[in-house]
Order: sequence, then C-alpha cells, then structure tokens
Amino acid sequence: MKEQEQCIINLQQIRKSFFLGQPNELEILHGINLKVKKGEFVSIVGESGSGKSTLMNLIGALERPTSGTYHLENIDIGTANDKVLSDIRNQKIGFVFQTYNLIARTTSLANVELPMLYAGLPKKERTARAKELLNMMGMGDRMNHRPDELSGGQKQRTAIARAMANDPSIILADEPTGALDSETGRHIMDIFHRLHREQGKTIVLITHSRELAEETERIITLKDGAITGERRGGSYADLGKH
Amino acid sequence: MLIWENIKLAFQALFANKMRSLLTMLGIIIGIGSVISIMTVSSSLKTSITDSFQEMGASNITVGIRQRGEEEEVRSNGMHFGALEKSASADEDDLITDEMLEELQSSFSDKIDAVAISENVGSATVEDGNTSCNISISGINADYFESSQITLLAGRKISQGDLDGKKKVIMVSDKVIDAFFDGDNASALAQGIYVNQNGVTTKYYIVGVYQYEENSNFSSESDEDITTAAYIPLTTGKEALHSDKGYSQFTVVTATSVESVSDFASEIETFFAPYYAANEDYEIATSTMESMTESMTEMISTVSIAISFIAGISLLVGGIGVMNIMLVSITERTREIGTRKALGARNSSIRLQFIIESIVLCFVGGCLGIITGFILGAIAATILGYSASAPVGAIILSVAFSMLIGMFFGYYPANKAAKMDPIEALRYE
Ligand SMILES: Nc1ncnc2c1ncn2[C@@H]1O[C@H](COP(=O)(O)OP(=O)(O)OP(=O)(O)O)[C@@H](O)[C@H]1O
Ligand SMILES: [Mg+2]
Repeated sequence: MKEQEQCIINLQQIRKSFFLGQPNELEILHGINLKVKKGEFVSIVGESGSGKSTLMNLIGALERPTSGTYHLENIDIGTANDKVLSDIRNQKIGFVFQTYNLIARTTSLANVELPMLYAGLPKKERTARAKELLNMMGMGDRMNHRPDELSGGQKQRTAIARAMANDPSIILADEPTGALDSETGRHIMDIFHRLHREQGKTIVLITHSRELAEETERIITLKDGAITGERRGGSYADLGKH
Repeated sequence: MLIWENIKLAFQALFANKMRSLLTMLGIIIGIGSVISIMTVSSSLKTSITDSFQEMGASNITVGIRQRGEEEEVRSNGMHFGALEKSASADEDDLITDEMLEELQSSFSDKIDAVAISENVGSATVEDGNTSCNISISGINADYFESSQITLLAGRKISQGDLDGKKKVIMVSDKVIDAFFDGDNASALAQGIYVNQNGVTTKYYIVGVYQYEENSNFSSESDEDITTAAYIPLTTGKEALHSDKGYSQFTVVTATSVESVSDFASEIETFFAPYYAANEDYEIATSTMESMTESMTEMISTVSIAISFIAGISLLVGGIGVMNIMLVSITERTREIGTRKALGARNSSIRLQFIIESIVLCFVGGCLGIITGFILGAIAATILGYSASAPVGAIILSVAFSMLIGMFFGYYPANKAAKMDPIEALRYE
C-alpha cells in the first residue's frame, strides 16, 4: 500500500492501437507496465517509431489507452471524462515539446500565463507568477517578446516556464533538446536537473541523446512498442559546474 | 474573466489578419450598412414629417363628416380624412351647420381659440389676354389663418367685413402677381383680376398677397403650370357654389390651456353625436396632427422595415462567409488548439474562444456597417432635403443582430475545434 501511494504514475498492461482505415488496426504499444515514483527523474530511449511519444501522450492524459489501466495519483485515466482529463493536464502535468508549441502572436508572459488562465487564477496572480517563473528561467528581459522574436533556447525556456505555471508534480518532456544545439541543450537539461533537485519534480524525459539519458536516475528502453530494458543511471555531475 | 481574455485574443487575431478580416466582414458590413442607411433615410423622413406637421399646428383638430362604416379605413390612414370633400352622396342635411358651430364654440369657449373654416370652391384660372394662371380657390372665414400659417407680403387677410359684405375680394400668391403684375405686390393691391371657373368669369379685387411656399417634399410641377391657392370670403364662395347650408369640415384651434388635444378631440366627437344620432349615412369624426403624424410615420416604418428585411438577407451571406473563414482559421491553428488542450483547456473553453472570435468579427463588421450605413443614409437624406437623424433603435438592433449572427455561424466551427483530438491536433502538420 505504501509503495502504491508513492507511485505517481502506474501503467498496467497498457496497449494502444490506431485504426487505419476499416480492416487495419495497428497496435503500437503492446502491454506496457511502468511505474514511476514521486520525485523520480526517468528517461525513455529507443529508436524512432518505437512508440515513445505515444507512451508519453498516454502518461500525459492527452489520450486514453486502448486497454490496460493507468492510474495517475490514483485517478483512473481510462475512465475519466474530458473535464477530469483537462484538469489533470492543467494541474498535475507540465508538457515540454520538442517544437516548443508556444502560442503564436502572444508574448512569453501571456504564454506562461495561459495554464493559469485555464485554472481560473486572477490576472494579478497570474502575471506575478509568470514573471517569477520567467525570471527563474533567465527570461526576465524577454517577457514581452513574441515567439517569432525568440531563439530556440529562449523559446524552450519559455515553454518550461509555462509547464511550471500551475506547479505540477510531473513534467513530461518529449525531446526538449531535440531542436537545439548541444550547448543550448545542455543548458535546458540543467534546468530539468534543477527542477528535479530543488523542487522535487517528477520528470519523464524522452531523448535520443545517450549522454543526457545517462544523467537521469532510471533509463527505460523501448523497442517496437515494448519495454526491453531498464537500468539505473545517475552520472550527472553537480550543478555548480555550469 | 475567461471571456474578457478571449475578447482580447479575438481582437488580436482580427488585427493579425487585417485584410482577411476586412474581406470576411464585408458581407456583414454591406448587410448591416444597407439596413442602417435605409433606416437612416426613413428616420430622417419621419423626423422631418413630424416636425413639419407640428409646425403646421399641433394644437389643431380637424372636424368633419364621415360616412358611417368607414371608421377602419380612416383610423388606419388619417391622411384620407382631410381629403374628404363634399362627396356626391352627402346632401345638405348631412353638413355641419352654423348653429352647430355656434353651439360648439359657446360650450367650449375656454378651450377653443378659433374655428377655422375652409370650403373648397374649386380650381379656376386667372386670365388676362394671353396670360393665364391656375389657382385653387378656397372660401375661408376670418379665423382661417389661425390654423394655418402664411406669410403676408402685401395687403391684408380676409376680414370679417369681407365675409359680412360677401365681397368679391381675393388673396392670391406672389406667383399670380409675378404673372400679371411683374412681381410688384404693392401695386397689385385693389386691382381687379378675372377668374374663370367652368366658363364663368368673375372679377375679384386683390386685397392681399401671400408668399407661396414651395412644397419641396411632394411637388414636382414646373413653375409655369403650378397651381397656387387663392382665398375668398367663405360667404362669397358659398354664393358662387349656390350652396348655403353648411360645411363638410372645419378646424378647431385649441387654446393653449388644453392639455391633451386628442382628449379634446373625443369631447368634440361626443358633442356632435346627438346631432348625427338620427343620421344613417354620416357621423362626425375628428383628426389631429398627432394622429396624422402617427399614421404617416407608421406607414414609413412599415415600408422601411420591409425593405430592410430584404437587405438583411445579405447578412445571411455574410454569416456564411464568417463561418467559412472561421473553419479556415481553425484548421490553420490546429496545433494551437492541441497545445491549449495540453495545457488544460477544456473543450468548452476552446468552444468559447472561437465563438467569441466569431462574435467579435461580426460585431466589428456590424459597427463598421453601422458607420458606413449611417454616413450613406445621411448623405441620401441630405440630398433628398431632410436633416439626417440616427435610427437609434435600428442601430442597437443591428449590433445585437450581428453578434447573434456571429454566435450562430461561429458555433459549428467552434464546436469542431472543441471536439478535436488533442494528440491529432498536436501532430497536425
Ligand atoms: N495517430 C496515429 N495514427 C497512426 N499511427 C500512429 C499515430 N500516432 C503514432 N503512430 C505510429 O506509431 C508509431 C510510434 O510513433 P511515436 O510517435 O510514438 O514514435 P516515437 O518513438 O516517438 O518516434 P520519434 O523518436 O521519431 O519521435 C509510429 O510508427 C507511428 O507511425
Ligand atoms: Mg516522438
């Protein structure tokens, strides 16, 4: 029971199929069992097309599994309706995408405010919190810039600030450094480590970089829609170096 | 709170694509614009009619005989009432007599300022050698000009003395003086003119010249064959008509102390009721400027609303245009919708966002339409010779209606956006 409680993400026999036309049903995930403890930093690696993003979207409550059970903080995602799912995405999960997905034509500040807007926070609180987060990400002098006026690294830092807006317990990052050069990627990775260490966030990271995966506490390998390996990592040197 | 944010967002989207927004709104602008311009013209027309009717005497009550059973028609169109002339079937027993008038005046002496009587004597021509001029002769009493204003240019009005003496005197317009006395009003006074009515020529002496007022609203006659009114004493007129019995109608000028003209009008009807109780064919009816203006403006309203309705159909086309562009916009912003959902937007929040965007688009289009429509309507009203006045009711209604269109035609696209699968939206290329 104790273990159950600590388990913030709990996937049992998760299968996911897509319908491609009438007769074809394509199963992408074949019975995934995965538990992530509260405060854990996990990375998922695997070949392109192995189903990493599909798995991540399930974890993020963006869609429901075809079969199997998924409990997120003891909420059964498989049976939840749109209201519950959107509230979970809003309150418990922060998404960071490879392509940033900032809302065009709106400032960094407005982008970071957005999840708080959907949470129903008053304007003053929203702005204060958004400014605080952007400052934390070193974006204090770019708050009123729109996405097309920002570099890739700056966009991703804005996106991380946005993911942190409602102080979620889980951060899901799907190749957050994929579109960045290694130095900027390093910088972004340091931010995740900081959020993990200083704020105790549970982080699930998808990456193609073996190096970055090695820094996380646990590395999960996915191959053709099934987990084929799982090992400990943890070679991340101290923050102070950077 | 979310609504306010969405309104801001909608304006941002609108300004981000100015040209496209404008083209989308064009249908709404044209639709609302044409309705408002029509309503502006009609509202200006109504105001000017009301004004000129008021000028003509808001305190006047026209009293006349009316054939029984015509009630409905007269009520719905007060304008016909004044035109009720001695109809062929009304014989002399049906007419209003001098005794009745005297009785009326003494019963309501504190409420009646004057009783103006005018009997149509008929049209005639003034002739002198090769020159001729059309006039329409009215026999009037001395109080007649209490009920209708004229500007006297020379001489005097018809007096009680003229009436008592059944004098052959006449008041003519300056048009007649232009034709026969080269416009010299003063020298025309006391001169005789020959009036030919139905082949009978009578000599009248000019006692007064009044200024002819061009009736810009309705007249289209050229200057030469224009017919102007000429006034002779009522008694003289009756003699000419070989009729001495009474009048088909007269006008009561109410005293300023009378608070409700229409109430007094009903009192007058009640007063006459006993006289006509035994009359199977005729009864007494009254008409006030108030009721005439009312039925006139009502008519204009009906016509303009009917035209507006047709113009309003173009709004439907505008609405479909808005729906089309909203569908395009939603497809373009599929990833944005996916992102919003990933950040915790409920389906209902997405739906609200796009419905508000559509409403704002139509609202702005409606406002632009109102502005252009009012400007065009005001120009048209000015050209037609009325001072422009804003149709407030129609403006408020248009704003509400354009927003309703936005809501109606925005619902389908917004619902489509709301129902998007978050993953598919995020994967959309
Ligand atoms: N909506 C969908 N419909 C049909 N097939 C899909 C859909 N989503 C994903 N797939 C398929 O599922 C498989 C796994 O896709 P997924 O995006 O999870 O891969 P990935 O491991 O994230 O790859 P990458 O590392 O390139 O991002 C792919 O073969 C893909 O074609
Ligand atoms: Mg992927």
